Amino acid sequence: MALKALDIFKLLPKTNCKKCGCPTCLAFAMKLAQKQTSLDQCPDVSEASKVELAGAAAPPIRLVTIGAGPGKLEIGNETVLFRHEESFYHAPGIGVMVSDALDGTALKARIEAIRKLKFVRVGLSMQANVVAVVNASGQAAPFAKAVQAAGTLDLPMVLMSSQAAHLNTVLAMCADKKPLIHAATDATADAFIALAKTHNCPLAVTAPNLDKLVPLVEKARAAGIQDIVLDVACPRVPDTLQALTAIRRLALKKNMRVLGYPCLVTNSTVDPLVNVAECGMFVAKYAGIVLAELDQPEQLLPLLTISQNLYTDPRKPIQVEAKLNAIGAVTPDSPLMITTNFSLTYYTVAGEVEASRVPAYIGVLDTEGTSVLTAFASDKLTSEKIAAFLNSDEVKSKVSHRKVIIPGYIAVMSGSLKEDSGWTVLVGPREASGISKFLKTTWTNT
Amino acid sequence: MSILDDAKEKWTGTINEVTIGATKQDGGTRTSVVTVGGAGALPFMNFEGPTPRAPVVAMEIWDREPDDWAQPLVDAFGPVLKSPADWARKCVEEFGAEMLCLKLAGTHPDFGDATPAQAAEVVKSVLKAVGVPLIIWGCDHDEKDNEVLPRCSQAAAGERCLLGAVKEDNYKTLVASCLADGHTILGLSPIDINIAKQINILVSEMGLPLNRIVMYPTTGALGYGIEYAHSIQERGRLAALSGDKIMSLPVLCMVGSEAWRTKEAKASQQENPAWGDEKTRGIYWEIGTASTFLQAGSDILVMRHPAAVAAIRKTISELMVK
Repeated sequence: MALKALDIFKLLPKTNCKKCGCPTCLAFAMKLAQKQTSLDQCPDVSEASKVELAGAAAPPIRLVTIGAGPGKLEIGNETVLFRHEESFYHAPGIGVMVSDALDGTALKARIEAIRKLKFVRVGLSMQANVVAVVNASGQAAPFAKAVQAAGTLDLPMVLMSSQAAHLNTVLAMCADKKPLIHAATDATADAFIALAKTHNCPLAVTAPNLDKLVPLVEKARAAGIQDIVLDVACPRVPDTLQALTAIRRLALKKNMRVLGYPCLVTNSTVDPLVNVAECGMFVAKYAGIVLAELDQPEQLLPLLTISQNLYTDPRKPIQVEAKLNAIGAVTPDSPLMITTNFSLTYYTVAGEVEASRVPAYIGVLDTEGTSVLTAFASDKLTSEKIAAFLNSDEVKSKVSHRKVIIPGYIAVMSGSLKEDSGWTVLVGPREASGISKFLKTTWTNT
Repeated sequence: MSILDDAKEKWTGTINEVTIGATKQDGGTRTSVVTVGGAGALPFMNFEGPTPRAPVVAMEIWDREPDDWAQPLVDAFGPVLKSPADWARKCVEEFGAEMLCLKLAGTHPDFGDATPAQAAEVVKSVLKAVGVPLIIWGCDHDEKDNEVLPRCSQAAAGERCLLGAVKEDNYKTLVASCLADGHTILGLSPIDINIAKQINILVSEMGLPLNRIVMYPTTGALGYGIEYAHSIQERGRLAALSGDKIMSLPVLCMVGSEAWRTKEAKASQQENPAWGDEKTRGIYWEIGTASTFLQAGSDILVMRHPAAVAAIRKTISELMVK
């Protein structure tokens, strides 16, 4: 949470020396609070104040990076509890846990299954973007072997073991890939903190509840560990969900630094259907990493999509691709309707066309994600633009008639569009709910 | 004192409790009723306040055999799809449904155009076949709904069904029926809090109290606008918990019909080999959609596939453990 000007003022020398360029220390404090200047403009500020002010300027939830290179995972640095308040920024890592107790063939099969968890939806690619290796065997050699196999995926890794010695062996091979060390407990804290420091890797800390977690995080912080991930390993799902909400709230609203880190959740529910439901809730409510044994595409696709959807910025309209879309079994004689590329507008129109069961083309124009009226008012849906689309090769190759249906709200454009395009212009309904009726009556009668 | 106590929010509002279904004692014939609402905190946040009533899953059935449902759905129900009463019985007896949502799809002028009398017969047959409470949903064609739903309302008089959906510009006929026949009503507002409030005011001004209204802020499927519906539900619930009484109503969402419309639920494995098993993909898609809405504060989830229904009910019951 940012400090107020008066809080900053208290930490300044209060000499009004003007060396910073401001007439008074209070004026300088006000500029600092608005982030219009930086503290190093003040030559006389004490070291203690510098530390305190730097701390206050840090984000309430630390951004933690796992992995290295282009595929690295950045989590944390969230600023709100609800996406409508601003936006969620760093989509969680969603991935598969690989046990080192799997034998050679099973291990290979699991790695290959994970390699296939890549999808393209609405023109965006997404994939299981983290992989965890679990030292279930309790031995060093199989762990190293499994880490090596998982390493071929080139994904950010979580190394899960209760044995610092085994982790040390493995980290000697792959510390440069900055895996997340999982996890320091009350009993193993010292050894794990030493591991994180030696190998310079992020560290997860775990406890069965928040009250036990906090002293553990304090210990890691005191030892100089900066990149921390919190694993509230509650025995029951509802407790984990409550802990995730509590952590986010305390970090943001109570400025509790010790909980200002991203969270990791592992889910071992046996029934895969229930497991997906639970993981979906963790994605929706504040987890930075969600790990389960699920490795089938139909299980990961919905989870990645929840993340894709909820981490979109609500302040920016979501756009669909501007192109000619076919709904149903279209023929060259099927009706052609025009709409904008604002996703809600398009999905509403597409939904109504689909429900009417009249196969139709929807021509999506690029209006920078604005709705019909807004696009029209701001000259993003013009007669020239629609005419150019109608006479494009894309349309010519699929539609044999020359009758276009425009949204009722832009009826005023019919004359100029007819002139610009040479097409017959039919004015459709104002609201999408009238599309079905329109296609079945007005269109059939033309 | 636990750290959890520091994280508590002080909410001033509580969601109204709405009861659907009436037993013999209350003038109906239902053998069980469903009460939703009552929440005084965000969903399942037991440390700060009660979620006294678990969200309820209602299974969707139709008055006619659906001809565009994905194969996994058709396979899950089999021949009962031809008979609403048999379909209802299977949902309750085999799948343990606590409530049903009867969609009168076959009354739509373009898809069967069943008469109001025929629809009323279907309603009666379903009420006779099962003892759980019923949601009666029109065909989303305003004029036809205004003919059909009053007849169905009469046919179910005293059963305290949830009837819907009314809109800002089409509510008087159905609200009058609800008042006369002792039902509750569903108000539709297209992802817009102001319209939701407006409907609640209009309906309550006709004499139907706020504890007989459920809100339907419309539903977007996972991948198809769920973020808008999710955020509108969260905003509405936060307003309600902060003391806005006009928003303190339970919320329904149509998970099944939206999720099963999507390409992800319907596409064959050949079309999209990377998307995985076509037999279960739709089920997972329905589950993913439902779990997102559970976190936004939905009170009634209308769902389709029995496996998805079972998984979400299990998830809910685990979340309700104190």
